[in-house]
Formats: sequence, C-alpha cells, structure tokens
Amino acid sequence: MTTATVEALSPATATRIKPIAHWHDRLSQLLLLGMCLALVVFLLAPLAMILVKSVQDRDGAFVGLQQFRDYFDTPALRQSIVHTLSIAGAVTAITVPLAFSFAYALTRSCMPFKSTLRLVALTPILAPSLLPAISFIQWFGTQGVLKWTLGGASVYGPTGIIISSVYAAFPHALMIVLTALLLADGRLYEAAESLGTPTLRRFFTITLPGAKYGLISAAMVVFSYTVSEFGIPKVIGGNFNVLALDIFKQVIGQQNFNKGAVVSLVLLVPVLVAFVIDSTMQGRLQAQFSSRAVPFAPKPKPAFDVAMLGFCVTVCTLLLAVLGMAIYTSFIKLWPYDKSFSMRHYTFGLVDGGVISAFFNSLEMAFFTALVGTVLIFGGAYLLEKTRGMSALRALIRLLAAIPMGVPGMVLGLGYIFFFNHPDNPLNVLYHGMAILVISTIIHYYTSSHLTAVTALKALDNEFEAVSASLKVPFYKTFFRVTIPVCLPAILDIGRYLFVNAMTTISAVVFLYSPDTKLASLAILNLDDAGEIGAAAAMATLIVAASTTVCVIYAVVTRFLLVRTQAWRRPVTV
Amino acid sequence: MDLAVSKSWRQAIGRAAVALVALWAVSAVAQKTELLVYTALETDQIKAYEDAFYKAYPDVAIKWVRDSTGVITAKLLAEKANPQADMVVGTSASSLAVFSNEGMLQGYAPKGLDKIQPQYRDPKNPPEWVGMDVYGAAVCFNTVEAGKLNLPKPETWKDLTKPVYKGKIVMPNPASSGTGYLDVAGWLQMWGDADAWKFMDALHDNVAHYTHSGSKPCREAGTGEFPIGISFEYRAVTTKKGGAPIDIIFPKEGLGWDLEASGIMKTTKKVDAARKLMDWLATPEAMALFAKNFAVLAMPGVAKPLDFVPADYEQRLVKNDFAWSAKNRDKILAEWAKRYDGKSEPK
Repeated sequence: MTTATVEALSPATATRIKPIAHWHDRLSQLLLLGMCLALVVFLLAPLAMILVKSVQDRDGAFVGLQQFRDYFDTPALRQSIVHTLSIAGAVTAITVPLAFSFAYALTRSCMPFKSTLRLVALTPILAPSLLPAISFIQWFGTQGVLKWTLGGASVYGPTGIIISSVYAAFPHALMIVLTALLLADGRLYEAAESLGTPTLRRFFTITLPGAKYGLISAAMVVFSYTVSEFGIPKVIGGNFNVLALDIFKQVIGQQNFNKGAVVSLVLLVPVLVAFVIDSTMQGRLQAQFSSRAVPFAPKPKPAFDVAMLGFCVTVCTLLLAVLGMAIYTSFIKLWPYDKSFSMRHYTFGLVDGGVISAFFNSLEMAFFTALVGTVLIFGGAYLLEKTRGMSALRALIRLLAAIPMGVPGMVLGLGYIFFFNHPDNPLNVLYHGMAILVISTIIHYYTSSHLTAVTALKALDNEFEAVSASLKVPFYKTFFRVTIPVCLPAILDIGRYLFVNAMTTISAVVFLYSPDTKLASLAILNLDDAGEIGAAAAMATLIVAASTTVCVIYAVVTRFLLVRTQAWRRPVTV
Repeated sequence: MDLAVSKSWRQAIGRAAVALVALWAVSAVAQKTELLVYTALETDQIKAYEDAFYKAYPDVAIKWVRDSTGVITAKLLAEKANPQADMVVGTSASSLAVFSNEGMLQGYAPKGLDKIQPQYRDPKNPPEWVGMDVYGAAVCFNTVEAGKLNLPKPETWKDLTKPVYKGKIVMPNPASSGTGYLDVAGWLQMWGDADAWKFMDALHDNVAHYTHSGSKPCREAGTGEFPIGISFEYRAVTTKKGGAPIDIIFPKEGLGWDLEASGIMKTTKKVDAARKLMDWLATPEAMALFAKNFAVLAMPGVAKPLDFVPADYEQRLVKNDFAWSAKNRDKILAEWAKRYDGKSEPK
C-alpha cells in the first residue's frame, strides 16, 4: 500500500514511502491516458455537440439560455421533472431491496436450485425494454385477466411505468449487489460466530456494511436507468409525462433538437447528483477482501433456507409470468378475440421484415460489443483502481464512466450524428458502419459494466499489487495471473451483460444504423409503432431465445474455466 | 437499354434486344448505381414497389433505410451537415416541406408531372417534392366492446364529444405523431381556431390517453383496449383485414390528411439514378401499385375503390394548406400542450 492514488482513495491505508516511477507505471499511465481520450472522443465530444445545440435556436444562431427559459416556462414540462423523479425514486425503493433480498438468498442461504433461480432472475435482461410494457398491458390492461387486481385503476400511467421498470431494472441491480455479496470475507462471519454475535447484528455489522458500495451503486444504476428509459413510458405511460418521453416528443415528434438538448441536460442533473453521492461514499470505503480472505460458506438453516426459497421462487414466478405472456402473445392469432395457436406472427415477421439479416446483424453487433467492451471496460477499471499516479485524470475518468447511465440513448445517438457525421471530422468514416453501432453500445452500457468491474476490483486487496511491485513484477503480470482469474465471474458477467443488452438496445442505434446494419431490436420498435403487438412479441421472443441460447452455451463453456480458477473460493474440507 | 431503338425494329428484334438487355443486366450487376433511400413506407409496400421499379430500371439498386416518419425526418435533419441519403421516398409531405425550407432538396420535374394534381405536389417549379398518395384521418370503432358497453356508433367528430364516450377514446399525441398533428391541423383549418379548440377541449374530456404513434389508437381499438381509436385509414383497413372486430368511420365534417411524397436530396452525387426513381414514382404503373393501399392518388383516374373506404373519400378531405400547417406547427403544439398536457393525469 504505497501509492499516492491509494492514499487518496483510502486514507486509512496511507503510508510514508513515495514510490519511484517505474516504466511499468509509465505504461499504465499511458494506457490510462488512452482510455481517457477514448471516453472524451466517444462520449464527451458527442455530448458537447448536444450542449451546443441547447444554446442555439433552430437555425443555429446563439440564443444563450433562451431555450432553457422557454422550457421552464412550460408547466407541462416542469411537471415532467417531478414525475420523473418520483417514478425513479419509487422504482429504486422497490428494486434495490428486492434485488438485495434475492442476492442475499443466493449467497447466504443453503436453499436448493440456486443456479436455476439466479438464471431466471437475470432473464429480464434478455428482453427488450418494450417487452414488460407490452406484457403488463396484456396482464392488467382493459382486456387483461388480472385487471380486477387494480380495482378500477388503469395500468396506463405511473402504475404501469413502475412495474415495468422494476422488471427491467431488477437484473441490473441484482448483478451489482450479487457481486458485492459474493466477495464477502468468510473470516469475519467465523469470528462473529465464535464471539456469539446474534444473526441480526451480524447482518447489520458485517453483511450490510460489506455490501454498502454495491447497494449504492445498484441504487444509482436503477435510478438512472429509470430516469432515461423512454420505451416503457412510451408504451404503457398513458398521459403520464416523464423527461425521457419529452425528449422523444421534441426529437422524433417535432424534430426540435434544441429543445431536446435542453431536456437532455436537465436529465443529466439527477445523474450527476447520483455520481456525487456515489463518489463521496466511495471515499469512505476500504477494501474488504484482503489477500488473506476466505470466501464465505453458508451453513444450512432449514427455516431460513425454506423462507428464502419461497421468496425467490415467488419473484421468479412473477418474472416468468411477464416473459411468458409475451411469448404467449406471439403464438396466438389475434389478441384478445382469437386466441387460437398461430405461427403467423413469426412467418409474417420473418418473411416480411428482412428479420433474418437484421437478426444476424444483431448477433454480430452483440458479439463485438461483448468482446471489445469487456476488454476495454474491465481493463480500464483495473488501470483506474489498481495502478498508480495521475490522480486528477482518474477523477475525470470516474466522472466520465458515470455519465453514460444517465444519458438517454437517443441523446447519445443524436450526439453521434452531429459529431461523427460532421464533414470536417476525420472519424466520419465510422459513420453508417458496424463500428459506430458497437462503439455507441459499449458507451451506452459503460456505467453498469464499469461499476460491476470496480465493485469486484475494490473487493480485492491492493496488497496484491503492492507485493507484486515490491517483487518487481510488472502490473500486467499481476493482472493476468491474479486479477483476471479472481475476477473471472465479474468479467464473464460483464461480457454477458454487454451481449444481451446489445441484442436489445434501441435508442442510441436508431439513429445510427444503415441499410446493411439494421438490427432486430429496431424491428421490434417499428412493429410496436405500427401496433403489430403479436409480431413485436414474436421478435422479442426470438431475441430472448437467441440470448438465452448464447447464455447457456456461455455458461457451459465457462463452467470449466470457473472450476479451474475459482477452486480457491471453496472452503477446504478436512 | 435504349428502348427507343428497339421500338423502331419491330417485334423479333425487339425480343432479341430484350434478351440482350437481360444478359447485359446480369453481367452488369456490379455496375448498378446504388441509391440510398430513406423512407417511411411499410415494409410490404417497399417490396412491391421495388420489384416493379427494378423491372423498369434494372441498372439502379436501392438501399432502404426504413423507419417511422418521425425517426426518418429527425435523422435527415440531424444529418443535414453531411447528408447520407440520395433520396427521400414515401415520407409525409409536411416533412418534405420542412426539408425544402431547409434547402435540402433539389427541384426536378419528373416525366408525367403534368398528370399529377397540383394540390398533391410542391407548388414550386420545378417541384422539390411530388406526392404519391393521400392518407387521412379515420376512426376505428370496436363493435364487440361497444356492444358490451352499450356504446352507440359515432358518425361525426362532434359525436365523439358526447359524455357516453368518456374515457373510451384514444388519439395520437400531435406533439409526438404526425398523424396526431394531421387531425389537429385538419380541425383547425376546417372550423377555424375558436370552434376547433372548443371541440378539442370537449374531446379531451373523453380521451383516455394520447399515444405516441399514429397507428397505435386503431390497434388499441382493434384489441379492445379502448373501443374508439382516432388513426388513419391505411392502418384502419389493415387492422380490419387482420381480423379485428372494428368498423371504420370517416367523420362527415371533414378529414385531415397528408401525402406520402418523394424528393431528391440536393447533395446527391447520383442525380441520374435518383431522377429515374422520381420518374417511375410518377408513372401510372407505380400509381396502380399505390392504389392497392390508398384510395386517393396524386394522379387522377388510376385509383380503384378499396374495401371499407367510401367512394366519396376524396370529397371528405379538408382543404389542407401545407405551408400554413408547417408555419404554425410550433404555435399550435404549444397551445395544445398548454391545454391538455399540463392536466394529463391518468383518469
């Protein structure tokens, strides 16, 4: 623990020795600089174009803050701010405890079927965000079988937005919290047990503080996700205005990019607030997973295990009911009047929409996003957390990494058009190609993946690096020999996360695809727009099926790797 | 490929020429001019139009970027600094009027322009955009749900303001859907400001919610989510043909409408190929294909009666001034938002 950076991060571990910069450090700093540059070009520059638009009128003349004044003079738009914050608050308040309980059950109980339950709990991530909205309309809409449960209230509006968002955000939160809980140090629990600490007290003094960073990150991710999601309120929101929808109205409905830019900037405010909270908490955090840590192994407690199993099965049943309704809708002739079995949505969609090529485009895009994205994001997070020097640059990168979650995809996409399609930009050769779709998707999903990587890395004691450094082992050797094997579960999660999101992403790429790179997820949006719910559900089902297949193959292939690299996590049986 | 030559040589040689042309076309696949066309046409329409166009002009290949009118329009405007598209086809005339104002289109008078009705093309000479067909307002009425709820069938716009329809109507939000704006602009031009807003106030009391797509209201009527959906006739007809239990109503007072229209981007480097497509879009053959989907065409005399669309459909269209409707759009939408957006809590 001898670096200036670590000092800044965790004052408690500060020491006296100033290290002499080695070429290893120079290399890592160079890489860090490159990472920062990439984020500036692919994130900040396009957003700066949006910023410029917000102080211009439609003809491109500078008007100062006039657009902002107009915006705040419109009561309906002001109301959207209140709506957005309350919806996002409600979704966070429901999703995070739900995800925490689920993750707690997976890591702290001895209930059976853990891997199956975990798999089911992550299924919402396989589904395009329009899927829950469509499905909840089928369940609770005017013709829905469960309409009576709402007692005369309409599902269109806040109710629909909240339940759909909870569904869509749940796996995002679960991934982060799970990572945090998985990396607990078993020795603490053993110590607590031998000291006779009561269960409840153990929970509040070991489990909760240990997962604090993950919980805050999860809350931030869920909040930002809900704030910037436009597909759900568009389909199930009724007349309930939210900011993301206002952007849609301005940009797509009225092609008023300047007003759209203003709303986008307003939308960034809650995200920046979330970032400040997050980084303040992070300053107080110390590594919990020392190099001597032992993974926690739960002991069977029948009553607790059964209760946890009951909870998880209930959650999974609800999640599957959402997915199931969409699949069911895709196989019936005409909802709700002719519920006989029919493949016509598939044949119509497949034959008609050129979906096969779009589908392969999606697979290609998702593959490259997962591959390139995982390498860049995890590598970047490693450089950020575990190497030394350039503290100011690190702070900047941390801020940049937090921004994408709060930037609605549509805004990012528009920024990409303005920036990369500019005739004077040497990078404009990227425009209209597959590369720009991959890049925009990596950037769009950067925050969540980055946080997963950081959470995993933070839980690793910096002593590994310190020992390596004192043995004159270059950082990249430690990275490949220690960090990657230890963090493999998190790395695989990031890859899968990027893959499945690339399969379903809509909002950024809607402006960036070309005839040769049309994506399957966009076909869903078009079908839903045309009101072809059956066909849209069919497309969504295809995407879910494809992503599931890939995940299963992925799981089988990586199980082998995990067995080899994670053996140390299993307690030694004497 | 010079057809004038083959004509003068009579049948036998004509056939030989056709064969030669076919051979040449096969060998010249690589030499085809590729046009990048942005469009809001339906996918199945694109297929039919494209096949017919390729028969007439085998030397042009079309790459389509298809999306909703809003996305296509936003995309073209956002790319203004460095346009990608060579042409815009089958996108609303309101959008093309915007592109024209922005100086993004070039004028071209396609062969056969004289047969296009003057109200269905850009008044400039040469025109920067030319219409293909008309799409107008229509109301979808779910007879099954109406039966359950004892709702009478509405015949006019004014009928929709009756208290019996409270919470039963869905219409597109004019701020997010061109179809929604077409309705509002239609009412304003037909009744004048005061009466039209009074009507919309009353209608608003009955509207369950405003959707963000012009097709959605009719689809929601079709699935019985809401018994009445204000939409446009193409979607109404396809919904009914898809088996939904709906009646299509064309309110008597008058219908707002827009055109599907096409134009050539000023910046295209493929002017010749683009002109070929413009020429073809204004031929009776093309119009005959449009006639399968639309009841009113830019070229008179080609249209055939369509199922579920009344014969006097064209007479029901209101007088629509695209320039007026484009110029006043921001003002109208601001007024609309002030009246209905602020108090849009779900009922």
